[in-house]
Amino acid sequence: MPVDFMYPEYEIARNDSRCIRCRVCERQCANEVHSYEESGNFMLSDESKCVNCHRCVSLCPTRALKIVKSDHCFKENANWNQAAIKEIYKQSGSGGVLLSSMGNPERYPVYWDKMLINASQVTNPSIDPLREPMETKVFLGKKPERIERGPDGSLRNNLTPQLELAMPVMFSAMSYGSISYNAHESLARASRELGIFYNTGEGGLHEDFYQYGENTIVQVASGRFGVHREYLEAGAAIEIKMGQGAKPGIGGHLPGEKIVGDISKTRMIPEGSDAISPAPHHDIYSIEDLRQLVFSLKEATQYKKPVIVKVAAVHNIAAIASGIARSGADIIAIDGFRGGTGAAPTRIRDNVGIPIELALASVDARLRDEGIRNNVSLVAGGSIRNSADVVKAIALGADAVYIATGALLALGCHLCRSCQSGKCNWGIATQRPELVKRLNPDMGFRRLVNLLTAWNHEIKELMGGMGINSIEALKGNRLMLRGTGLNENELGILGISHAGE
Amino acid sequence: MKYVIIGNSTAAVGAIEGIRQMDGSGEITVISNEKYHTYSRPLISYLLQGKTDMERMKYRPADFYEKNGCRTILGKKVIGIRKAVRTVLLDDGSEIPYDRLMTATGSSPFIPGFDGLDSVKCKFTFMTLEDAFSLREALGPDKRVLIIGAGLIGLKCAEGIADHVKGITVVDLSTRILSSILDDSSAAIVQKHIEKTNIAFILGQSVSRFDGQTAYLSGGGKVDFDILVAAVGVRPNVSLISDIGGETDRGIVTDEYMRTSIEGIYAAGDCTESYDVSCGQRRVLALLPNAYRQGECAGINMAGGERKFDRAIPMNAIGFFGLHVITAGSCTGEVYEEKGDGSLKKLFYDDDLLKGYILVRDVEKAGIYTSLIQNRVALGDIDFELICEKPSLMAFSRKYRQQKLGGVV
Amino acid sequence: MKRVYVNEKWCLGCRLCEYNCAFANTGERNMALALRNLEISPRIRIEEGSDICFAVSCRHCEEPLCVKGCITGALSIEDGIIMVDEDKCVSCYTCILSCPYGAVSPSEHGAVQKCELCVKNRSGAPACVAGCPNGAIVYEER
Ligand SMILES: Cc1cc2nc3c(=O)[nH]c(=O)nc-3n(C[C@H](O)[C@H](O)[C@H](O)COP(=O)(O)OP(=O)(O)OC[C@H]3O[C@@H](n4cnc5c(N)ncnc54)[C@H](O)[C@@H]3O)c2cc1C
Ligand code: SF4
Ligand code: SF4
Ligand code: SF4
Ligand code: SF4
Repeated sequence: MPVDFMYPEYEIARNDSRCIRCRVCERQCANEVHSYEESGNFMLSDESKCVNCHRCVSLCPTRALKIVKSDHCFKENANWNQAAIKEIYKQSGSGGVLLSSMGNPERYPVYWDKMLINASQVTNPSIDPLREPMETKVFLGKKPERIERGPDGSLRNNLTPQLELAMPVMFSAMSYGSISYNAHESLARASRELGIFYNTGEGGLHEDFYQYGENTIVQVASGRFGVHREYLEAGAAIEIKMGQGAKPGIGGHLPGEKIVGDISKTRMIPEGSDAISPAPHHDIYSIEDLRQLVFSLKEATQYKKPVIVKVAAVHNIAAIASGIARSGADIIAIDGFRGGTGAAPTRIRDNVGIPIELALASVDARLRDEGIRNNVSLVAGGSIRNSADVVKAIALGADAVYIATGALLALGCHLCRSCQSGKCNWGIATQRPELVKRLNPDMGFRRLVNLLTAWNHEIKELMGGMGINSIEALKGNRLMLRGTGLNENELGILGISHAGE
Repeated sequence: MKYVIIGNSTAAVGAIEGIRQMDGSGEITVISNEKYHTYSRPLISYLLQGKTDMERMKYRPADFYEKNGCRTILGKKVIGIRKAVRTVLLDDGSEIPYDRLMTATGSSPFIPGFDGLDSVKCKFTFMTLEDAFSLREALGPDKRVLIIGAGLIGLKCAEGIADHVKGITVVDLSTRILSSILDDSSAAIVQKHIEKTNIAFILGQSVSRFDGQTAYLSGGGKVDFDILVAAVGVRPNVSLISDIGGETDRGIVTDEYMRTSIEGIYAAGDCTESYDVSCGQRRVLALLPNAYRQGECAGINMAGGERKFDRAIPMNAIGFFGLHVITAGSCTGEVYEEKGDGSLKKLFYDDDLLKGYILVRDVEKAGIYTSLIQNRVALGDIDFELICEKPSLMAFSRKYRQQKLGGVV
Repeated sequence: MKRVYVNEKWCLGCRLCEYNCAFANTGERNMALALRNLEISPRIRIEEGSDICFAVSCRHCEEPLCVKGCITGALSIEDGIIMVDEDKCVSCYTCILSCPYGAVSPSEHGAVQKCELCVKNRSGAPACVAGCPNGAIVYEER
């Protein structure tokens, strides 16, 4: 008996009275789960290969398919649960680090779901967004301390470069390489249509997408892949990636097999060589070093573009943010521990970092205390799931939010969390041409636009309910939030009262 | 503008539809010595077979003339054209004026002067509805039929009446059936299939003389019969044009705008000869698709438009007792061949061009081959190996596909 | 006039279009009922090569060779759509001989079949397009 035998996690439930043997499931599953048995005219399935991505389920024309969790089980044990046991088997077989993708799926508290939003009654009447103007536009960047005037009394423009967003949501960094060309095109086109920004991630910018530069944030990460002058010039802002919520403290590794064709060209590294992003930037060991990079990038782009510094939410995030706010950066992006990734060591993804809600609240409070809140804008990311999360984040002090997983879901991602296999059946996290073409950007971009247009309506409705008519007036307005089921400490950090108080 | 069309069949309908694309109001007069609403000539055999009826045989709906504003003069024959005064003369003595005239007079069965033919009482040709009606009268379960000619018309006639007679013998001078469109191997397959019925062939022989109900063959044998059908061939009806000095050869000669050599007179259909692009020669292509396209082209030009028809090739789709055969072009050049059980595919190519093909049984997508011949597509520009295997658009360039599948064609 | 247009860049070769076409033309209300144990004979067909695939159905040509060649008048143009009159067709296959795209095919019920843009069936608009998961075929004015 093979000692590391593991019963498959899912079963393919095929309703034979519905199956018409069209073999669509067979053609669409890159994991080769389904096959057709000519002799008996029936469909076979090998559930051991199934990653539960729902591609076959979604395309089966007769709804003959569903994927169910296998009820095969180990003897019940609250401590040694199934996953824990299986991981031991896996590692004792392979000797390797466990890899997984997307955000931390474990049962840590989701603070968004423990906060409730206020609404006006009688006094301070609510506002109907369909009838009255409602501003969702925001500007990201350093805000001047005071109005300056020239000797003749005229207003002097002392504004540093700003990013103008039609709504307080942006697509966060996902590199070309970790996601497909068509996914990038969808994000880029949607950003332009929506008047917001998407982010190149650390893989450089494909030459086809320079045309979307006005809606692009170009990232500079520790590997410095694809970074050159035109690249920096191409974007509307530059983001220095110090860390990522899904894997704080470690770098990235895109295996050589994925460094092919345009990807190698865009990253400026030879085909087939591994793209390794070191854990730290080798030239940054202090805030002063960071300041140097911030200003080198500003110098390189004639001080025309705001610089963002992206960090993972970790234990002493408030102090770190305070340092960054003094480094000359215009915007700080904080990525919570639920943030997605194309590939991360499971242990790190599931055990390192802190929730974005707490990080955001403490950073906002700290910067206010220190009187430097206007030095920077704050962008919160790491599992923003809907418009209510956006409103809560802003009330906690964010200027805007970053979404990634939400955007991928709109593009068809079913969160099967097997991006690392490179066989994404939805054409998103893959570079195999026959899979990449499953994401038609004409459809993808439309879905992203739909999603955020809907969110924008909801944001306006929620704000109107509170009697607030601009994002600016909601920002950091923690009186609009109440906690439920939270202890004193949590309420204290979030800076909100308990419901009923 | 006064348009006059002589003939009321395929080419005539093509011309009416062509004229009406350009000119909605000009007066159109259609004259034919057949007295029926325009009908599909090839269906006369299906009519005898019981697979269609008079109503369904109508080549265009009952309101066709009305909708297209046509005056019809049916059951009258045109006996002459007075080109100087631009009129046509009818057999009832009346005269019809025209500004533009088209002859779509088709062809007539040709009967060689067999010895003793006069002694045969029950004899027919197979060309018109009237022919079919009179033949039908003569049929009966105990009748023996002799058909001279194993060409398209003879065999279609045989198929049409097989169920209604005792037996049929088909005699042809050629050593294979359908000699004008098939080669030996394909003809053999079709022959074998037809022979499963009550039809027998005597090939490589002709009738040397008749004596009442007996035909004596050139090979020495004889055939007794009750009904004789002569289907040895047809001759284009060119006399109206040749009589007034218009250029004719085997058929009426036209240019690619379907103009005859006489000012104001056009011709289309079986009465003309065409330039066959598959072999580069002029020949009579007595085929319905050809007749329609010539007629339409003539109509457009008669009404002041400009349209060329320079894509004529022989092409035939025929079926006998469920076996389908499609052929097009000329059987010359190198051959690609695939043989199956009772099926056959032969492609003929030369000079980087597909020249012709023969498909027996599996005929799907044959039109892709036809278009290669008709449009003279350079084989070097497509995946020839793939297209030999199966006719497909995959064999063409991406750009071609984009044009055809992504644009209006 | 709206037609079905194909963009091979996005075709996945999943063949859903073929099945949706076959289903729409059965007239049944349930696909499983209609197509179980049936070898389908759709009017739109996928051509598949090593790294490319695309759907082919009638182009509804402005100069339809099938209509011009039809020996019985069974094919006609109605508001730009090329239609088959099953009663008139005698399955001579002259249209198959004529169509440069291979869009007309034999059928089991005596007459030829071809895409009629679903105007005669319950679907009302092309079922292949409605079911294409990737926008590889569209129904629009061009
Ligand atoms: C039995 C049979 C089967 C066939 N099967 C096929 C087939 O399967 N596929 C195919 O492609 N083709 C087939 N054909 C050939 C096809 O029918 C012809 O190509 C087509 O009908 C030609 O059309 P047309 O208008 O040129 O001439 P015709 O159909 O011959 O019509 C000419 C008309 O003009 C009339 N006319 C002639 N002279 C005068 C005059 N002086 N005054 C008044 N009227 C006149 C004639 O009476 C006739 O009505 C078949 C033909 C026959 C007979
Ligand atoms: S896609 Fe559905 S109907 Fe088709 S073969 Fe698979 S299970 Fe059967
Ligand atoms: S349904 Fe769409 S993607 Fe699938 S085979 Fe047909 S055209 Fe291609
Ligand atoms: S069937 Fe063929 S020839 Fe006829 S309209 Fe359609 S594509 Fe054109
Ligand atoms: S098969 Fe039918 S539709 Fe096609 S040409 Fe013949 S009669 Fe016309």
